[in-house]
Order: sequence, then structure tokens, then C-alpha cells
Amino acid sequence: MTIASLIASPSELTDAASNKTAIVLMTRIRLARNLATQPFPGWAKPAQRTRIAEICTAAVAAATPLKRSLNVAVDQLGELEKQILVERHLISRELSGSKQGSNVIISKDQTVSVMVNEEDHLRIQVLRAGFQLKKTWNVINELDTALEASLDYAFSPTLGYLTACPTNLGTGMRASAMMHLPALVISSQMEKVVRAVNQLGMVVRGLFGEGSDASGSIFQISNQTTLGESEEEILKRLTSVLQSIIEHELNAREKLLEADAGKLFDKIGRAYGIMQNSHLLNSSEAMNLLSLIRLGIDLGVFPDANRSTIDRLFIEAQPGHLQHAQKGEFDPAQRDLLRAAHLRSEFANFVRPDFSLINSNGKN
Amino acid sequence: MANPLKCDLCDKPATVHLTQIVSNKVHKVDLCEACAQAKGVTDPSGFSLSDLLLKASLNPEAAPGAMRCESCGFTQADFKKHGRFGCPACYDAFKGMLEPMLDGMHKGTKHTGKIPQAALARQSLHERLSKLELDLSDAIKSERYEDAARTRDEISQVKQATHQSPPR
Repeated sequence: MTIASLIASPSELTDAASNKTAIVLMTRIRLARNLATQPFPGWAKPAQRTRIAEICTAAVAAATPLKRSLNVAVDQLGELEKQILVERHLISRELSGSKQGSNVIISKDQTVSVMVNEEDHLRIQVLRAGFQLKKTWNVINELDTALEASLDYAFSPTLGYLTACPTNLGTGMRASAMMHLPALVISSQMEKVVRAVNQLGMVVRGLFGEGSDASGSIFQISNQTTLGESEEEILKRLTSVLQSIIEHELNAREKLLEADAGKLFDKIGRAYGIMQNSHLLNSSEAMNLLSLIRLGIDLGVFPDANRSTIDRLFIEAQPGHLQHAQKGEFDPAQRDLLRAAHLRSEFANFVRPDFSLINSNGKN
Repeated sequence: MANPLKCDLCDKPATVHLTQIVSNKVHKVDLCEACAQAKGVTDPSGFSLSDLLLKASLNPEAAPGAMRCESCGFTQADFKKHGRFGCPACYDAFKGMLEPMLDGMHKGTKHTGKIPQAALARQSLHERLSKLELDLSDAIKSERYEDAARTRDEISQVKQATHQSPPR
């Protein structure tokens, strides 16, 4: 598979949308693994990095879920291609900036990706649309076991899987859920939620991980610690935290409707109007407007059938995807024009909001 | 592979090695060319080794006793700089500083999750094989031919088992 055909294919993130993905858009688990006898990528010399990449890519490409996958050296990818992979959560920003000897292997359906020579020799990732921690774990666990049959992992009975950074020791697992939490943001409760989640040993980040902002009211919640608990225990704890966040978001929606439905309807209606008529939209504003339309879908203002369009636009509004679609590189001001034009055309025939259809309890 | 000695003051390879006896104690200093020049070690009119030793001990990251991974040459100073380790063996080399760090970082300090069964089984087979090969050469050397024959059979059994597991 080539990078061009991968970019042209729909991704798990955008095309599996249903009301099951209302609040948890996506579940993702990654495992950090290293070879026992090689220095970690950050300390390895160029020749060692090349050797590590050869060993790892051969093993990964032979694994069943990655047959006929995209298998490419990062330095062979263009800037725009890398940016698109980052926007689809298939590679990290760190990998996209990495030098010689880094590879990425991505499955045809874009649910499995393996980064070679990122911070660790292997960063295995599986993502699924919706709230599916168990299923995602089963898939990645099986892939990991398959790889271990041919790769000698660095492992210590007391410290678990050995990783370049001691914060990933033990299971080497980071499980995360991408959540759409507009009502908690509108009612200014996010700060409180972040604090509570932190106290439970979980981390809240923006859409694109560390340091990114939370435009579009999309957050990533993941486990912080990896040592001292089994994978199942971590997933169980994360699941209960996520369930309680979902609960809070649904309550917040209910409260917003009870307290001042007019204000909420106004936000959603204006978002629709701007989408149809604006001529300049930066990505942050576009994300925030799409978030309101998505909330409208959850509430029944727009039909559920339009959900996948919105989830696709969340991705297409990103700078990499936007420029790729327009076949060129554009500066931010030009991008704002192009983004607005794209959204105008998408919303030209988008069904009008109908506020009489609202679900009285805000749940669907 | 033996790692070359590193300069006591910086991380470059040491090329100047000094031994001095001061009040009945032997002091050794290893320096690189540049530091030796800078400290006047190459100046025959004399320099104070004790000054140099004191300075080195005040700079704990470069002190002779600082932790260093024999396998990849990573030092404690490197860890302070990068916040990442050099290779899996560093976890042994830096054991001392690791435990207090992990205590605050994680839920516990002992792994209770998944174990790479296949990789570990393969590893123990290899360890067994090298031990048997050692036994074999010992038996031959001391002319215990019955032992040698038995060990040889055992080796071929283990080898067969290794071949049955997937290729490395």
C-alpha cells in the first residue's frame, strides 16, 4: 500500500461514526516495546538505528493485521503527508520530526499503526471508533504476543517492559479515550473535571496530545502510571473514570437545557449560520463550530445520519488535510479562506436545524 | 568490549592518566587532552592534584564514582540531561537512583502485568544451551567422555526445541 492510497482511503476515525460514538469518539491503546540488546533510539548511533529498524519492520510487516500495510521510512514522507498522519492520530509529532532510521507501518484499515524508532524501538497502537477499551486491548494484546514470538523484548521480572523513559515502565501501556465534552466546557466545569481526573491517576490532554489546546471541546483522557498494576486493572480504572465523565457530560447537557435552552439553541443555530456563510475560519474556530453542530446532533436538532459528515469535517478542517485537498501549500491566512469555502460548500445542503425535535432529557 | 576511560572533568575519552601519592594514599586522575591542558597537568612546573580531585568531587556528575552504564556508556549526567535512558541495561546500572524515582512516579514499583512468555522461554533455552556447551568442553578437557556424550545428546535435544520455535 502507498501513502497516497492510504490518505485517499477513509479512516476509522471518520467513517465508523454512529450514536454509539456520541461522547467517546475514539479509543486508543499504545504499547511501548524495546529490543533487549539494542540501545534505545535516542541514544543509538545511526548504524544501530538502521539495524533496529530492519529487525523491527521485518517482524511487524509479517504480523497478520499488518499484511499489505503501508510500510515506509519517515524520511521518505513529505511534510504534508506526515502532517496528515499526525492529524489522523496514526503517527506522533515526535516521529514526524525524527531523523534517519524511523519507520511507520500502518494497516490498510488505519486501525493499527506501529512506529519504529520513535522514543522506543516499537510503539504499537490500535485505535477503534467509540468506547471500546476491551476490544482494543484484545486486538493489541494479540498483535504484541505475535511480535514477541520473533522479537526478544527488553523485559525485567520486577520492572516489566523496559522503556527509554521510566514513566512508561511496567506495562508500557497508555490507553486513552478521545471525548467530546461540549456541555462541560460551556458550563465551565472542565477545570474541575481535569483536577478530579488527575487525582485518580489519569491525565487530560487536548486533541493532539501534550501541549495541544482543546478546541472543539475534544479531550484525550489516558492513564498516567504504567507500573504496579496489570493492564486489566489499568483499563478497569480508566473505564470507570470515563463512565463517570460521560455521566457528568450528560448531566451538564440536561442542566443547560433546563436552565437556558434558548442560549444553547442560539449557539447551535449561530454555528450553523456561520458554517453556511463565513469566508474566513481558522482551525480553532472551525473546530468549535463543528463541536456545536455535533452537540446538536446528539440533542436531536440534526439527524444522526449527519454525524459522520461532521466527524469527517473535524479532520478535513485540519491544516494538513486542507492543504492536501487543495493540492498545495498555503499560508495560514489563505488556509482560513479555503477552510471557510470548504465548510460553506459542505453546509450549503446540510439539513436545517429543527429545535422542536430536541430530546427533553438531553440523552440519546 | 572495554569502554575507554572517560575524562574526570568532562565526557571525552581520557588520554592523560596520572597517579600521585599524597600522604600515603594513591590518587588516580584520568583526563582528556583539553582538560589536562587547561588544568596545567602537562606543565612540568607543577600543579596541585588535590585541587583537581576536589573539583572533580564537587562536580558529582563527573565524579569518578558517578553511575555509568557499562553496556552503552550512558552516564547519570546524560540521564539528567535527556530524562531518558540509553539502553535496557541502564536499568541495572542506575538501580540506585531508580527506586526512589519510581516510587513517586507510579502506582507501585513492581510489575504485575503481562509477561512475554515466548521471548522469556526462548531466552532460557539459550542460557541452558550455552551452559551445556560449557559443560561439554569441560567434560572433554577432563576426559569424562561418558558425561560428554550425555551432554552432547542434551544439546541436540535443546537445539531441536529451539528450532521448533519461530525464527528469531
